[in-house]
Amino acid sequence: MGRRGGGPMIAPALSVAGVSHAYGTRKALDDVTLTVEQGQFTALLGLNGAGKTTLLSLVTRLFDTRTGSISVLGNRIDRDPGAALRQLGVVFQARTLDLDLSVKDNLLFHAALHGIGGREARQRMLQVLEDVSLANRKGDKARLLSGGQMRRVEIARALLHRPRLLVLDEPTVGLDVESKLAIVTHVRTLVRQHGVAVLWTTHLLDEIEPSDNVVILHQGKRMAAGLLSDVVAQTGANSLRGAFASLTGSRDAPA
Amino acid sequence: MTDVVVEPVLRQGFTVGQYLICLRGIMWREALRFVHQRERFVSALVRPLVWLFIFAAGFRQILGVSIIPPYETYVLYEVYVTPGLIAMIQLFNGMQSSLSMVYDREMGNMRMLLVSPFPRWFLLVSKLLASTAVSILQVAAFLVVATLWGVDLPPWSFLTVFPALILCGLMLGALGMLLSSVIKQLENFAGVMNFVIFPMFFASSALYPLWLVQQSSPVVYFICRINPFTYGIELIRFSLYGKLDPVALAVVVVVTTVFTIGAIVAYDPARGLLVRRGGGPG
Repeated sequence: MGRRGGGPMIAPALSVAGVSHAYGTRKALDDVTLTVEQGQFTALLGLNGAGKTTLLSLVTRLFDTRTGSISVLGNRIDRDPGAALRQLGVVFQARTLDLDLSVKDNLLFHAALHGIGGREARQRMLQVLEDVSLANRKGDKARLLSGGQMRRVEIARALLHRPRLLVLDEPTVGLDVESKLAIVTHVRTLVRQHGVAVLWTTHLLDEIEPSDNVVILHQGKRMAAGLLSDVVAQTGANSLRGAFASLTGSRDAPA
Repeated sequence: MTDVVVEPVLRQGFTVGQYLICLRGIMWREALRFVHQRERFVSALVRPLVWLFIFAAGFRQILGVSIIPPYETYVLYEVYVTPGLIAMIQLFNGMQSSLSMVYDREMGNMRMLLVSPFPRWFLLVSKLLASTAVSILQVAAFLVVATLWGVDLPPWSFLTVFPALILCGLMLGALGMLLSSVIKQLENFAGVMNFVIFPMFFASSALYPLWLVQQSSPVVYFICRINPFTYGIELIRFSLYGKLDPVALAVVVVVTTVFTIGAIVAYDPARGLLVRRGGGPG
């Protein structure tokens, strides 16, 4: 996966500018701006109901962005959705594997949805499964996998078309410690070794490392953004937990 | 705003070959699902056969069908009812795949389809073609059993009915797709049965010729006349005998087009109903 060379300016992997969204009268997002640079891990942090899933629904074009703009690698999602979606790999919070189909068929279906077929599709299918150590399960129905394995297959699938931006919506929810660790490690490896940009939404503070960029979302508003250490310093707190609590005004900070 | 948009990466379209790969992938998945869900196939086959074996046997003595086009002689009731049962198979299949879209949307399969970089109209039309192909498989199985049961059809009817099945399947699939996008609570199939399938099936020419209906109730006759399902049935009925009902063809083509465009608009994020319906959690 080659990085883009030179150029005076490099388009960020994801650029969200002044985005608002409302369900009826309830405002879910209020003027949110954030940037994920290429090859960077960014954590989108917020409690349940902060607007994380809404933001991802807009980024993945399930909903139309009515206020503000969203670009993936410089391609506006509303003006040129095809080009934007090509660069985007998505792992939704809800399980999205077809349980009646084998792992292999799930991945080949996804390849077809990206115009990849034949031998190329089968090679990539094997390769991405090997990357998540599940190549031996390719013939099994998705139903037979554990929660952690399903998640890994979903991540493998999201990478099959070699996107430059991977977006994951609370990917570790409901998983045991071991599966969780495997997934966090795998995704961080992708960032380091392949230069994939990652937007990782979570409400779990222990998934974030000091060198990460964080964006803190609360009640639809962006409360802070930047390097974790800077965000913590700005608030005068001595830990992310403290910073989070003071920014969101919540005494019961997340785990 | 950070709107100093810099040269976008990789702006290129798909080739025709890639479109075909995508279409084939969507059809293949539908076929696999159909094969894996054996109960669905069995019930799709048993439902019309129950009508044919039991209902038609009972009705045979009560209802005399006079000579009406496309028939050139008196026909037995089971011959009359066969096109209606074929259309019923396609109606159920269309509704079932619409239900699976709602279910999929909740479960996320539909989401995966919608984040494909292919144009959305192409994805939805591919999905329609796939569900139509599945309904034609069901119809083929039904026709084999019906023929063995002694329903007298012209030997070439399997071929002549094929284009009609494609059109009728598309129409009913598009109807289902439109319903799946506009109706909020479509989770339970009983609701669809009550409010869509039963009215469409009974207020049509499936079970009785419309001239009989007209004699007993002009109102019901009128409803049957404006029911697009009637025209789907008549298109199938005529084509089984190698004939064409131009009115039925026109109605089915127009209705299919309208339903399909409606479904595409409804699933378009810019204009569609998904936003206004406010789906998705915070």
